Amino acid sequence: MTFRRVLFVALFCCSSVAFSQDMASFEKRITTRKLANGLTVIICERPEAPVFSFFTHVDAGSVQDPMAKTGLAHMFEHMAFKGTDKIGTRDYAGEKAALAKIEIAYAAYLAERDKLVNRDEAKLKQLEKAWKDAIAEADKFSAPYNNEFGKIVESEGGEGMNANTNHDETNYYYSFPINRLELWAYLESERFLHPVMRQFYKERNVVIEERRMRTDSNPIGRLLEQFTSASFAAHPYHRPTIGWMWDLNSFSATDAQNFFDRYYIAPNIVLTVVGDVKASQAMPIIEKYFSRLPARATPDEATTTEPPQKSERRVVLREQSQPIYIEGYHRPDYHSPDDAVYDAITDLMSNGRTSRLYRALVRDKQIASDSAGFSGLPGTKYPHLFAFYAVPIPGHKPEEMADAIHAEIDRLKKEDISDEELKMIKTRAKAGLLRSLGSNEGLAFNLAIFQARYDDWRELFRSVDRIDKVTKADVRRISNQIFVPDNRTVGMIEFAGGPPGPGAPPQGGAQ
Amino acid sequence: MKRVLIALVGLLLIGSNIQLWAQAANWKDIPIPPLPVFHPVQPKRIALPNGMVIFLQEDHELPLIDGFARIRGGGRAVPASKEGLIDIYGEVWRTGGTKSQTGDQLDDYLEQRAAHVETGGGIDSTTISWSCLKGDLDDVFKVFQELLQNPEFRADKIQIAKKGMYDGISRRNDDPAGIAAREAAKLAYGANNPYARVPEYAAVAAVTRQDLAEWHHTYVHPNNIILGVVGDFDSAAMEARLRQAFTAWAKGPIVKDPEIVFTTSKPGNYLVEKTDVNQSNIYLVGLGTTRKDPDYYAISVFNEAFGGGFSSRLFSDIRTTKGLAYSVGGGIGTGWDRRGMLRLVMSTKSETTGEAIQALDEEISDLTKKPITDEEIKRAKDAILNSFIFRFDSPGKVLQEKMLYEFYGYPLGFLENYQKEIEKVTKEDVARVAAKYMHRDQMPVLVVGNPAEFDKTFFSLGPANKIDITIPAPPPGMMGEQGGPQ
Repeated sequence: MTFRRVLFVALFCCSSVAFSQDMASFEKRITTRKLANGLTVIICERPEAPVFSFFTHVDAGSVQDPMAKTGLAHMFEHMAFKGTDKIGTRDYAGEKAALAKIEIAYAAYLAERDKLVNRDEAKLKQLEKAWKDAIAEADKFSAPYNNEFGKIVESEGGEGMNANTNHDETNYYYSFPINRLELWAYLESERFLHPVMRQFYKERNVVIEERRMRTDSNPIGRLLEQFTSASFAAHPYHRPTIGWMWDLNSFSATDAQNFFDRYYIAPNIVLTVVGDVKASQAMPIIEKYFSRLPARATPDEATTTEPPQKSERRVVLREQSQPIYIEGYHRPDYHSPDDAVYDAITDLMSNGRTSRLYRALVRDKQIASDSAGFSGLPGTKYPHLFAFYAVPIPGHKPEEMADAIHAEIDRLKKEDISDEELKMIKTRAKAGLLRSLGSNEGLAFNLAIFQARYDDWRELFRSVDRIDKVTKADVRRISNQIFVPDNRTVGMIEFAGGPPGPGAPPQGGAQ
Repeated sequence: MKRVLIALVGLLLIGSNIQLWAQAANWKDIPIPPLPVFHPVQPKRIALPNGMVIFLQEDHELPLIDGFARIRGGGRAVPASKEGLIDIYGEVWRTGGTKSQTGDQLDDYLEQRAAHVETGGGIDSTTISWSCLKGDLDDVFKVFQELLQNPEFRADKIQIAKKGMYDGISRRNDDPAGIAAREAAKLAYGANNPYARVPEYAAVAAVTRQDLAEWHHTYVHPNNIILGVVGDFDSAAMEARLRQAFTAWAKGPIVKDPEIVFTTSKPGNYLVEKTDVNQSNIYLVGLGTTRKDPDYYAISVFNEAFGGGFSSRLFSDIRTTKGLAYSVGGGIGTGWDRRGMLRLVMSTKSETTGEAIQALDEEISDLTKKPITDEEIKRAKDAILNSFIFRFDSPGKVLQEKMLYEFYGYPLGFLENYQKEIEKVTKEDVARVAAKYMHRDQMPVLVVGNPAEFDKTFFSLGPANKIDITIPAPPPGMMGEQGGPQ
């Protein structure tokens, strides 16, 4: 954990004035337009250097994965780098027909594979071969053009090209020299107009390797997956974004295309462009390319709400690795009027060397190397967890972490936080915002996220005002309401011995 | 990151293209006007008579001022018996406080101003930095200067730092990717090379408060320091402040870096058994070179084409075509003032471990059978040159570049020269560096994985030398009250 201090505006009483001014200055530099198809565009002028960054926010994540097809939202994100009908193929008409044959062969293979009775192993082998032969045929169209989409972006000077998927959303981003603005508008719109599910089953293997790396072969990955799935009984937050292994070995290119058709619709997309652009010149270009996305109705969202937890749940992983402790409490989604109170508690408990958990567990009790509490596990759009964790130093057990964390939670419930602490929380919030305003990438990200969540980028600035209104009573009220044993799920790794047989770590002090 | 508003010469491209708005059907039809001329603001360099070098970079976008000092001398000068000293020093320099204030008092003092002063220990240097709102500069700079010149290294904070180190040691075999990176460095550089060595319980326990104070006394002299300041200040006033603060500081003795020996292990297969994973981490390693080497430019192009991003051979063949890996990459490493590591790195499911090694072998042999083509060279050079602007698109980045060149003794115009040199690289240059560095028969191959699940192919590749990664137990008597492994 690095202790990066945030900065704040010098005079507390004047700081909100300073921030109103900041918002006013951004008002002048920001242009927002909702296109006729429902897609939202934000342009922020920041003429520092002849470059720009963009951020495409798609309001669909792994919560939207269909039953038995977990991992599909993330899988589509990978497919969005596979090119279009014009990029990445020798002959799209021929390729399209070949891709369709793969889907037929795969469906036949799956039908046999998933038979509960009378599965014919010889037939299954044949069907698998037919499916793989069909893949080889289709590959002939695309293999010479591997990754052409990414190659264009890279050779044209794209920087930091990547994407990510979480439970709530999917994001795409990179930066370009400013003379590639129109090229970018073409590439980014084509990617979501004419995506092609080529090389799907090989990319699925790539994603399976990603799962092995992040989850299966990593003890903390294993803990977080078990912990999160235990915490949610009803809501899809219990499913991993990367997907369960069975599902990864089952869903099809057709499934990915269907996911795209359903969720990658213009009203679900917010696009931000920040850099050396003039809105008056850039907006028409963006509008021209992105207006082509069809206006489709937003899908029905039939997500359940997690019922109240009635008893503590525990997940204990007995591993060859050193212990970790985590516990989570259900809290409402980010629309809650108390959202800022949770932010305040996070800052108080976790931010830097003056934070309560650092001082109690790391500095004073000297039982942990790191400890913090935070919201947003595994997402924020739906009711989620406020989690605390601690990393015990050699000789200390997860149970000691629990006791020490609970002692700090009890303080929150029984004593008002101090004036100095409350002031510090508020000034740090302002500072954090200030710091996020100094880069194209950071602004593109923040403006997109706040626009998507609140339908107004100004909420980025207002979020600081909301923290400014938090009172000591709010912190006690929320702590007493949320941090109760029946609302808790506990997860831990216990060291169970076994290879590679570490030498006995030292216990206690070494002086 | 804060950037100054830079007035651009001329107005942009976009407006002039209005007439071209017919929608493009092919990306190649989209016009790409020339990038406007951009001259980033250069920092002012000041050399004090006592040898301290200062760079000042104004950036008035946000009301912040950040300072960053880099001090010659780091972990590579620490004896193996005290490996970890530089990490403890880097932490306790700050947490141990100054002569007049404890670290805890500094925490509160700085937090009230929401400023920070932080220190760190690295392999070839140590660092101390501050970050503050411009109105707090007086208060925060005072702490920075006091820590720089009069740190206290209080014992209670040494103990906390050591416990953190013990924790890191105890956990170092938990994550297979971490094990692989560590053991690969040992194979490439030699187990005793400071770029490969890791702290052990005994070495950490052996570090004393006096070691920290002596380190500071030996290395922290103005003639060893490069200080950069960026933010919302007036350069003349900042220069006057820094001259006043540091001019009287006496020069110290020159400290020589030790000779470092780089010895790559014998070629062959090396295996770290990890039974709780279903994926193997694979490294093929060797030695690279330095950026002072004239080969550096051809190597940069080679690396981009061979193992860089989406466009590279490794990504295209091993990930996209074969579906063998999520993470794959590699190239010839180039250090600033020491040889970098040559490596091919990937992770793949246990069952394709041998197949994956063969796939990497094929990539290396293809470098002679199917040399990197003109098209690949063009794409690689385009990627480097067209994204070149991102090396200096903020005042902070420009400052960091200049400080790097100053620290490692490169010409301050290194970056401008780099662009010209990349343009000159030919297909023959790339083939030459590939042939010079990529010798499969000399490379150790490391696998961290679960051999019970490996494919037969792996075992056909020859015997595997097992690497024992058991963590050496702490010396008896070193630990306190309770005992028993966790």
